[in-house]
Amino acid sequence: MKTLPLSVNPPLFIPFIVAGDPAPDVTIDLALALEEAGADILELGVPYSDPLADGPTIQRAAARALDGGMTLPKAIQLIGAMRKKGVNIPIILFTYYNPVLQLGEESFFALAQENGADGVLIPDLPFEESGPFRELGERFGLPLISLVAPTSKQRIERIASAAQGFLYCVSSLGVTGVREALPETLGDFLREVKRHSRVPVAVGFGISAPGQVAMLKEVCDGVVVGSALVQKVEQLAPRLQAPDEREAAVAEFAAYARSLAAPLREAYSSR
Amino acid sequence: MMERVPNEYGRFGDFGGKFVPETLMLPLEEIEAELDKALADESFKQEYIRILQHYSGRPTPLTFAPNLTRQVGGAKMYLKREDLNHTGAHKINNAIGQALLAKRMGKKKLIAETGAGQHGVAAATVAAHFGMDCIVFMGEEDIKRQELNVFRMKLLGAEVVPVSSGNRTLKDATNEAIRYWVAHCDDHFYMIGSVVGPHPYPKMVREFQRVIGDEAKEQFLAREGKLPDVIVACVGGGSNAIGMFYPFLQDDVRLVGVEAAGKGIDTPHHAATITKGTKGVIHGAMTYLLQDEYGQILEPYSISAGLDYPGVGPEHAYLASIGRVRYESATDDEAVAAFQLLAQTEGIIPAIESAHAVAKAVELAREMPPDETVLICLSGRGDKDVQTMMRHLGAREGEDIATVR
Ligand SMILES: Cc1ncc(COP(=O)(O)O)c(C=O)c1O
Repeated sequence: MKTLPLSVNPPLFIPFIVAGDPAPDVTIDLALALEEAGADILELGVPYSDPLADGPTIQRAAARALDGGMTLPKAIQLIGAMRKKGVNIPIILFTYYNPVLQLGEESFFALAQENGADGVLIPDLPFEESGPFRELGERFGLPLISLVAPTSKQRIERIASAAQGFLYCVSSLGVTGVREALPETLGDFLREVKRHSRVPVAVGFGISAPGQVAMLKEVCDGVVVGSALVQKVEQLAPRLQAPDEREAAVAEFAAYARSLAAPLREAYSSR
Repeated sequence: MMERVPNEYGRFGDFGGKFVPETLMLPLEEIEAELDKALADESFKQEYIRILQHYSGRPTPLTFAPNLTRQVGGAKMYLKREDLNHTGAHKINNAIGQALLAKRMGKKKLIAETGAGQHGVAAATVAAHFGMDCIVFMGEEDIKRQELNVFRMKLLGAEVVPVSSGNRTLKDATNEAIRYWVAHCDDHFYMIGSVVGPHPYPKMVREFQRVIGDEAKEQFLAREGKLPDVIVACVGGGSNAIGMFYPFLQDDVRLVGVEAAGKGIDTPHHAATITKGTKGVIHGAMTYLLQDEYGQILEPYSISAGLDYPGVGPEHAYLASIGRVRYESATDDEAVAAFQLLAQTEGIIPAIESAHAVAKAVELAREMPPDETVLICLSGRGDKDVQTMMRHLGAREGEDIATVR
């Protein structure tokens, strides 16, 4: 089995935004801004009617994107458009399984490959159900990013040893959404995962403050920031869609992203 | 001979499985392990049966329906009276079983989702009985439609959480219950209300509902000296139907599941998942569901809140795919007519869900000879539906309810 063709160097800043929130052309600008702000990998969320692993913030973003007519094929094609506009960092598609099934697994990978995607993350396709899909992805050179959670316990070793690209650690019990506090046991959990993993270990779910990032940089290889950024997009949405205000709004978004990434950069310059 | 399902991966043929966030995999494994131990444990089974008898009033009767039979003029019609259960429907069978399992696992907090409120009431009831906490998720739309059941749950001491996501009905309540479970799986037990969801739920709920079919088989043999020719049950998620069908799967009996056709299966307003749906994943299981071409789940419609679900239990998807059970549908109007017919011929007011089964059974019985028999799973009683019926029948201008028949 190959580990994956993601050429990235920790520490990793991995922002998440939803394709088509608030509009497809805005998503492209946000992706460019994130790359400029120092993103190492972009997680592009595909909106879904029934996002079981997501809290209210991302649910609302998905609803906005779906109202605008976003679909899985369009989200994948949006990656192609991003590539044309100069987004160069690896892009991971974050989608629930059902839309992939309806598109067809082969068609999905073929379209993703054609449009320059670099990997896939499916929150409702756990390890046991993922075998054939993972192998199919390998044929297209597209890794399936695995998740481990605080409840994974004896499953960690099995999942980590098969991980490709990077390993996504869910910080705490629950769905996506900003959290005031991360669990005290998170450090131990991340160290345990790192012991078993051959790929970088990134942590996500609830990360919304530079202070948290500063703390986490000590125990893992990267952070995924989703709801905090999506919340920012929600706040800025009217301005992002007003032609004469968009540039300023995108800059504000980029500055916010940069503030979250900053502690990671300090970590490495001070070592 | 059919293969034994589900297999160790929770698959019924192509259907079933566990399509859930990683966080839930361990809780599901724990439930699976404990369920297998419990089902092999005589004392667990005895306690379950004892509570069914002394608390819920089982065994429920098998009732011959002579007036209905005469009026229809075909096969003899029998009713399995799940309406006579405590709380008024078959849902309590499952709630008692799962509460016992929760107790065995040391969990004292129950999570449930509900549409019409029948499963929510059953969950709240067993929570009170076993001294547990109960939190019930219910869509805001359904809360409006089913005020009485909301109040019943509160009287029983449960907390009812209104769900404002999506279309605010059962699908969304189930999403929210699962999200809550993901956050609280360390000390909560998720008590699902039908044979849906990730493995082992479809199997577990079947095992706690098969008492319907086990009893019915014995009662029918005692009464008629043979098995019924046809068995009919309504299908929402499919728990009363599986409970009734399962003990007859190996027998030479025609099994018919009835889905809700709402305003007609050729309109967008129905909940006929097997009849009109396509294969995909909903609430953690591979099954048939109502969805658009991009895999977004569609909102179903039925006059009956209990059948108003865009998915169906994976075992039904499997039984449909191998042709063992035939799935048909009945419209709102057909169900309403059957509701009135049963009320006026037999003095039994069925749940509007069950009335869908009655409607199809009448249609089938009419074409059968008088020496054949039809058994209907009367899954619940219709007290909860009286207001809906008033609205529905009142809407037909100038019609006199008493003479609709
Ligand atoms: C009386 C009754 N029958 C049937 C159903 C449908 O559920 P299932 O298909 O799981 O039996 C319900 C659900 O609320 C119900 O209350």
